[in-house]
Amino acid sequence: MRSARFSGRFYIAAAIFLAIAILAVFGPMIFNGHHPGQQVGGLYDGPSSSAWLGTDNLGHDVFANLMAGARTSLEIGFVAGAGATLIGVVVGLAAGYQGGLVDNILTGFTNVMLAIPSIVVLILVSDSLPTRGTMTLALVIAATSWPWTARAVRAQTTSVKTREHIDVARLSGARTVSIVAWDVLPYLLSYVAMAFVLQISGAILAEAGLSLLGLGVSDGVSLGIMLHWSLAWESVRVGAWWAFVPPTVLLTLIAFSLLMLQSSLDEVFNPRLRRGKLRRTVAFVVGPGATSAPEATVAAHEELASER
Amino acid sequence: MTQTIGTQQLLHAQGLRAAYVGGREPVMACDDVSVNVFDGEVVGIAGESGCGKSTLAAVLSLTARSPLQVVGGVLEIGGKRIDLEGGEPPPRAWRGKIVSLLPQGAMNSISPTLRVRDLVFDVIRAHEPKVKRAEALDRARQRLVALDLPPRVLDQYPHQLSGGMKQRVVTVISTLLDPTLLIADEPTSALDVSSQKMLIEMLQRLVQEKIIGGVIFVTHDLPVLRSIADRIAIMYAGRIVEVSDTEELIDRPRHPYSGALLRSVLVPEPHIRTRRVPGIPGSPPSLSDPPKGCRFHPRCGYAMDICKTDEPPHVGDNERFSACWWTQRNPGKAVEV
Amino acid sequence: MTETTPLLEMRNVSRVFGRGENALRAVDDVSCTIGRREVVTIVGESGSGKTTLARLILRLLDPTSGSIMLDGRDIAGIKGKDLRAYWREVQAVFQDPFSSFNQFFTVRRLLRRSATLRGGNANSEKEMIDALQHVGMDGAEVLEKWPHQLSGGQRQRVMIARALMLRPRILVADEATSMLDASLRVNILNVLSDLRENYDLTILFITHDIGQACYVSDRVLVMRNGQLVESGPTEQVIFSPQHEYTQKLLADVPRLHEGLLD
Repeated sequence: MRSARFSGRFYIAAAIFLAIAILAVFGPMIFNGHHPGQQVGGLYDGPSSSAWLGTDNLGHDVFANLMAGARTSLEIGFVAGAGATLIGVVVGLAAGYQGGLVDNILTGFTNVMLAIPSIVVLILVSDSLPTRGTMTLALVIAATSWPWTARAVRAQTTSVKTREHIDVARLSGARTVSIVAWDVLPYLLSYVAMAFVLQISGAILAEAGLSLLGLGVSDGVSLGIMLHWSLAWESVRVGAWWAFVPPTVLLTLIAFSLLMLQSSLDEVFNPRLRRGKLRRTVAFVVGPGATSAPEATVAAHEELASER
Repeated sequence: MTQTIGTQQLLHAQGLRAAYVGGREPVMACDDVSVNVFDGEVVGIAGESGCGKSTLAAVLSLTARSPLQVVGGVLEIGGKRIDLEGGEPPPRAWRGKIVSLLPQGAMNSISPTLRVRDLVFDVIRAHEPKVKRAEALDRARQRLVALDLPPRVLDQYPHQLSGGMKQRVVTVISTLLDPTLLIADEPTSALDVSSQKMLIEMLQRLVQEKIIGGVIFVTHDLPVLRSIADRIAIMYAGRIVEVSDTEELIDRPRHPYSGALLRSVLVPEPHIRTRRVPGIPGSPPSLSDPPKGCRFHPRCGYAMDICKTDEPPHVGDNERFSACWWTQRNPGKAVEV
Repeated sequence: MTETTPLLEMRNVSRVFGRGENALRAVDDVSCTIGRREVVTIVGESGSGKTTLARLILRLLDPTSGSIMLDGRDIAGIKGKDLRAYWREVQAVFQDPFSSFNQFFTVRRLLRRSATLRGGNANSEKEMIDALQHVGMDGAEVLEKWPHQLSGGQRQRVMIARALMLRPRILVADEATSMLDASLRVNILNVLSDLRENYDLTILFITHDIGQACYVSDRVLVMRNGQLVESGPTEQVIFSPQHEYTQKLLADVPRLHEGLLD
C-alpha cells in the first residue's frame, strides 16, 4: 500500500479551488446584500462601497454576478466532467479489456469523435436547442469531451490486462464483469481521478467558450456570460475593467488550480516524479526476490539505489 | 580460477557501516563489514535478498546515493584512502577509473535510442573530456577484439543484441578505463546458462590479462561463485558471517548459515536425488531491529546460550574467518552440509 | 504408475505468433504425455517456448494447431462454461509472487473467489483454512492479511493454496520458484512434492533451472526454440543426455562439486 504524501503544491491548489467553490456556493448567503438580478446603479458604475466591483451593463452588481456566475460555471464543470469521465471510463474499459471486434468498433467511434473539432459540435448543438439549461449544456459538453479519457483509459486497461493477477482471476473462474470491476478498475483509479480533475477544468473552459459566443445558458449568469456581456457592451473601450477583469481572473484561477491539483496528484501516484525532500521519503515498494516485509525496505532501497 | 594472486591489496575495507535514512528509523543495511581484495583476486559476496550485498556493492564502488548514507568505516582502494565518515563525497574521477560498478540489471537500463558506440564515447569522455570520438571508438574496438567480441556491436542498438551479448558489452564498457577494481552486482542473474558461462570466462580473462586488477562478484548463486571466485564471503543480515577460500567454504563451511545455504543449493548432481533437502526455518530478521547477540541464532541448529546474548567473535584472520561461537568452540571442524 | 490413458496428452501442438515472414513459432509441433501423479518438469532457456506451452495447457492461449486432451477429451477449443469446468481440473501458480496478487484483495477474498468457482458456499471458510494448512500456513493468521504484508515465500504458498481449493488434478507451476531465494525455493518444491504424495496431484513444473528439475521431477522434457528435443526419466536425461543441446546445457550449468571451468 502506498503511503501518500501531498506536496505543498497540492495544498495550495486545493486551497484556491476550495476558496472559489465556497465563494460560489456560500457567498450569496454570506454576502447577502448583493443580488445578481437587481439594478443597483447605472451603466458601468465604478467600484463603490455598495457595489464592491461596480456595476455591469445592466446596472447589476458585478460582485453578485460573479458569485452566481462562478456557481453556474462550477456546476456545469462538475456535471460535465463527471459525465465525460463516466462515459470515457466505460468505453475505455470495454474496448481495452475485450479487444477484438468490440475494441475496433469502440476505438473507431472514439477516433471519429476525436477528429471532429468539439467546439464546432458544441456550437451546432447549442445553437439548435430552443432553450439551454444548465444540465442540458453540461450534457452536451460531456458528450463531446469523453473521447480522450476513453482513449487514455483504454491504453491503461490494455496494460493492466497483461498482468498476472488477471490470469489468476480468470483461472479462479471470475466472470468478465467481476474482473473488470475488481481487478482492472482499482488499478486505474488514480488515473481516473486525475482525468476527472482535467475533465472538470476542460468543461469549465468549454462552457466559458460557448458563453462567450453567446451560446451559454439561456437564463442565468456564468463567468463566460459575464465576459460575453462585457465584450458586447464595449466595457474594454470604455475602461470599465471591473466588468471583464474579475470573471477572467476567476476563470484563470479555477483552471490553474485544477491543473496544479492534477499535476500534484500525479506526483502522489508516481513516486518517481517527486522532487526534493519528498523523494527521500518514498514508501514501500516491494521488489522481486524480497522475502519478507521487513527486509523489503532494504531490497526496495537497493532497487531504488540502482536506478539511474 | 585465476592462477596467481598477488600480495598487493587492491581494496581494504574496515568496519563499513551504511544505512538508509529517511523513514521512521535508519535501517542499517551494512553493519561493520570488513573485506579485502588482493591483486588478481576474484572475491565473491554471496547472500540472500535483503542481506545487504547490493548496498555493500554501492558503498565499495563509491556510488552510494541518498537515501543511502555511509555512516562509518575505512575504505582504501589501490592504496588511496577515502574518508567516509567525514561526509565528503569521494572524488568523482575515481568512479570508473579506480573502481567501476557493473550494476544489477545494467543491460536493461541502457538507453534504447543510443547505439553502443555513443554509449562508449559518453563513458570515455566523462573521464577524459578532450578525447576525440575516433580515438575513443578505436580503443573500444581494440578491447572488443582482444576479448573475442565482434566489433560490429558498436554500431548496433541495444535491442538488436541478445541478453548475453548485451551483458558482455556492458561489462566491456564498464572496464574500458581499466579500473583497478570491478564490482559486479548480480551480473549473471538474468542470463541463460550458456551466456552465464561466456560472461564468467570474459571476467576471468579481464583479470588474467591484467586489464582489471580484481573483481568483487556479488550474487545469490553459489555454484556460479564456485567457478570464478578465489574466496567467498557469505553475508547475512548486514554482516559478513564467513569468508574462506572457495573450495574450503564449499566442502568444509564453518558457519552454520553457510552450511544451511549450501545445503539448499539445488544442482544437477546425483546426491540431490537421494534425499529431502530442508530449507532454513524462520526468515531473515528485520534490519531495523536485529536479534541480540548473533543475528542468525533464532534460525541456527547449533545455537548455544551465549549466541543469544553476545556478538560472536571473528575466528580466523582478516581474509579467512567465521563469525560464530560454535566455530570458536570447535576449531577445525566443519558444519554439516 | 502406468495407466492406459495418460491424464494429459498433447499431439502436434503448435502456436504461431504473427504472420508471414515475421511469424514466430513459439511452440512448434510438440507432442507429449503426462500421467497421473507424475511430476514432470519442462526445462528450457528463455525463448524456448516453455511458458507459451504452459499457457496453452492452461487455456489462457489457443493453439494454432494440434490437440490437447485431458483424459481423452480434446480441450483445445473450449470456451465459457466448459472452460470454467476445465479450470476446476487444471490450475496454476505463476512466477511473480507479487504481481500475481490483486493488491486490493485480502487473502480471504482471493480464496473466496476460488471457492465460488467450486460451487457450494456452505463451508468455504473451512475449506480455505484446510487449503492453507496443506501448504503449511495458519489460516487464522493469514486470511486477513494484505499481499504486501506477506513475504515472497508466503505469497507463493497462498497461491498454491488458492489453486488447491479447486481440487485440481493438474497443477502447473510456471517458474513458481524463480523469484525466491535458494532456501525458500526448496520449501516450495517440498510443498509441491508432498502434495503429489498426499493428494493425488499431478504437477507440471516449468523452469530454466535444471538443478530444480533434478531435485523434484520424475520425468524431464527439454525444450529449445519451441521444439521438444529430449524427454525421459530424470536420471536418464540429466545424467546421460542423448541430445546435443541437452548435453551442452548440462555442461554449461555451474556445479558445486565439479569445476565449471577447471
